Amino acid sequence: MSGLAPVPDAEHESVPIGSNDDVVRARQLVRALAQQCKLSLVDQTKLVTAASELARNTLVYGGGGVMRVGLVRRDGRVGVTAVFEDSGPGIPDVDQALTDGWTSGGGLGLGLSGARRLVDDFTLQTEVGGGTQVAVTKWAR
Amino acid sequence: MTEQDIPARLVELLTAEQESLGAAWVEAVSRTLRGRISLAELDRELRELYAALVEGLRGGGLDWRGDAFGEVRALLAELSRTRARQGFTPTETATSVLAGKDVLAPSEDTSAGDVRAYLHLSKLIDALGLFTLEVYAKTREEIISAQAEQLMELSTPVVKLWEGVVAVPLVGTLDSARTQVVMEKLLQALVDTGSDQAIIDITGVPAVDTEVAQHLLKTVVAARLMGAECIISGIRPQIAQTIVALGIQFGDIVTKSSLADALKHALRRGDAAVVRPGGRA
Repeated sequence: MSGLAPVPDAEHESVPIGSNDDVVRARQLVRALAQQCKLSLVDQTKLVTAASELARNTLVYGGGGVMRVGLVRRDGRVGVTAVFEDSGPGIPDVDQALTDGWTSGGGLGLGLSGARRLVDDFTLQTEVGGGTQVAVTKWAR
Repeated sequence: MTEQDIPARLVELLTAEQESLGAAWVEAVSRTLRGRISLAELDRELRELYAALVEGLRGGGLDWRGDAFGEVRALLAELSRTRARQGFTPTETATSVLAGKDVLAPSEDTSAGDVRAYLHLSKLIDALGLFTLEVYAKTREEIISAQAEQLMELSTPVVKLWEGVVAVPLVGTLDSARTQVVMEKLLQALVDTGSDQAIIDITGVPAVDTEVAQHLLKTVVAARLMGAECIISGIRPQIAQTIVALGIQFGDIVTKSSLADALKHALRRGDAAVVRPGGRA
């Protein structure tokens, strides 16, 4: 896929996402980094919840993939970035996918749109038949 | 000495000094286990194994997968399982078998033929050692999955708080499997206790995402179908803000920040009989 999202630069860890246990593991890793980055409790919970949604999307709709997560620095601020990548079917209509309440599966239809509201930066790249990449960042205040 | 003679020679060597070699084996293993298993038990275990090994060599040559070694494999599996359950490390477990090699190790005056026989025995014992480790790993996996199951059961108790009020304190990750257990237990408890008020406390749930919310909503709807009302309690400030940002609607479901508030609400709503000490209902 062209145009890479802001991949966490220095030390980042990747977690394969292939089962529900991996979603839990991804969540724990994001929580640990959010604590290390001194995010407030509310921001920690928001980021962890967003990661949980996106990891589950990667698993359920993308057929599994990988999460890369790490600390990022920009303009003297520190944040946590998580990138979720799969090589699944991709999203044909991004606007529709980001509409509250729309789901192609059996969920509430709030995962992707909700995750966008829970974080500071959100980028989504997708290609039908070529997979999906979602990158989210939460900056420490 | 030809290939065919090797098992016979090994049987000869092993039986000639069965007593002293067996004792040396027990001695070598007991050193590594540092008294965490009784000497009598170890002695019985290893001597049985020794005898079975000799019988295996006599009947089936060097093919440890064959029928003649069935007894050896059964004994090793038993030994391995016991060790895994008792918390011995993989090294300690494998050493019980591999130490057998040292016992027969050739010395300077061993004949060339016997050295070759020893090499074959050494290979055989290595294979048996690996087999032991495999059983060990499998046993550990069984223990882990059994514990996961126990944990699932443990972490979803339904408690009766008051006449007509039951509560489920949820702790940890709420996935589909857990929710299923919770829902079943809660609905059963409603019937068993004749309650019409249920409180689901999520103080111990670290993150409420759309999946968790959906599971909670389904449980509430199921309880309603049975004529019971649910209250969700334990919504902490950070969870409340996250739920709002996610856009999850709890609709007309009553939510409270603490279990105490939820109980108060349930008692008021469920016209439960509050009996004061010494008073009348």
